[in-house]
This record gives sequence, C-alpha cells and structure tokens, in this order.
Amino acid sequence: MDTGGVPIEILLVEDNPGDARLTREALRDAKVRNNLHVAADGVEALAFLRRQGTHAAVPMPDLILLDLNLPKKDGREVLEDIKQDDQLRHIPVVILTTSQAERDIAESYRLRANAYVTKPVDLEQFLKVVQSIEHFWLEIVKLSKI
Amino acid sequence: MSPGARAAPIEVLLVEDNPDDAALTVRALERAKLRNRVRLAVSGVEALAILRREGQYGGAARPDLILLDLDLPAKDGREVLVEIKADDDLRHIPVVVVTGSQAPADLVQSYRQHANAYVTKPVDTKAFLEAVNSIEQFWLQIVRLP
Repeated sequence: MDTGGVPIEILLVEDNPGDARLTREALRDAKVRNNLHVAADGVEALAFLRRQGTHAAVPMPDLILLDLNLPKKDGREVLEDIKQDDQLRHIPVVILTTSQAERDIAESYRLRANAYVTKPVDLEQFLKVVQSIEHFWLEIVKLSKI
Repeated sequence: MSPGARAAPIEVLLVEDNPDDAALTVRALERAKLRNRVRLAVSGVEALAILRREGQYGGAARPDLILLDLDLPAKDGREVLVEIKADDDLRHIPVVVVTGSQAPADLVQSYRQHANAYVTKPVDTKAFLEAVNSIEQFWLQIVRLP
C-alpha cells in the first residue's frame, strides 16, 4: 500500500438505501482509510465520474462498486461506458449485485468488469462479503491513482 | 457463497518463471478452503499455448483464473495480458497481475489493458503468503467466476 495516508475514494452505485447503508457501515470499520460516495442511479454515477454539474469538485474514485439493476441507466450500460472511456477505464469496477444469472456474470466479464460478486441476502454474509472486498481491494491490491 | 457449490475444482493458471515464488504460491493455494488445481506456465509463450490448447497442450483445462507475472522469458507478461484481453475466447477469464514491479507505468498500463487486479509481490515470505491467501479468499470464495 502506498496511498501515503491519502484515503481511498470509493464510488458505490446502489439504489437500495438499506444495502448502501450496510456497505457504508462495513467500510467504516476498514483498516484502510476510505471515503465512500454513493450514487443512486446510473446517470448520477456517470455524472459523478465525469464531474458534471453539481459533481464538478468530486474526487476521482479509486474503486467502483456497481449494482447491475439500477434506475435511469442500467449498471450494464454504466459498466460499458466506464470501460470505453479512456479517462475512466483504469478504475477497477467490482459488480455487486443480487443477480445470480449466468448471463449477467458472463456479460459483465466480457464488458470488462474487474470482478463479479453476488450480494448475499443474509446480513452477516453481506458484511463478510464487503469486508472481503475491502481486504483484497484496499489492503492487497495496488490501485492506480492517476 | 456460490462458488462453493461447484463440484469441479477451480482451475488456476499460474504464469511465473521464478521457482521460489511459484512454489510459495502453489503451497498457499494447496491449503485453500476451496478445491483448486494449479497449472504452472514458466513463460509467456507457454501460457498462451496452454490457454489456446496448442500442440502438446491439446487437453489442457481452461483456467477459471489466471495469476500473471509481468517479467517473463519468451514473451513478456504485458504482451500476454494484451493477447488474452484481445481474444474473444479468453478475455472473460480474470487475470490478476502478481508482480515484483512497483513501476507506476506497469500499474496504470495493466489496468488500461484490462488486468482484473494488480498485486505487488511482497519480498517478505509471510506477507507473500498473506497476499496469496487474500487472492484465494477473494477470487475463489467470494467472486463469481465466469
């Protein structure tokens, strides 16, 4: 880790307030300092990433956690847009979704998702999954800060 | 977590020319909770031959996960990554770069070329094993592989 004390910026794209709150709680206890930003739909996520409108001053995220089923603009489209954008495609995108469909899994990897994780319904399992994402992506992985 | 439901072992392709690093990685994966089979390729050319089932590798299993060193003889890991991610039959397979390189250019380039994650090899053996364990925990227990 060479984040040099700078917190890791995470963008969570999630329309379910309960899941967003749980993710925030799990990340609050993380070893590595991080700031969680939440976008509640696909349009807002891309506006945040492209610093449009009210998002002009937001930091560029180091990691994106992306739900697939989102209002306004679907997570699959958001993923495709991110991975086709030269300014954004280096940012790891972890899909975090309830969908267990093999089609969603295969399609997400083809669209360059960095990893695909299914949300467990059970609360304890959900927290365990977020902690595992935190441990691997914040403590082990080198993220690309550019 | 659903990968546990798989009956078949998870096939891991380790592309590593350093015998010590390979032995440590194999040892850590042997102790993993989830049944897995590690196949070792000691050069970039061998890795692609296994992935494309060329010649003597006609019966090779298709890996579910690739751990890729960058500095390799007979075709560099950077080229191997580009070839995997440009190949419609291979690009869905997650590639975790595991390298001694701390160069910022390697980090950014790897993500731009769609590496799924970038991990630097700790020099310390204990930290090295922890990194492999974390890769195993996240990619074999939490992630849904394609």
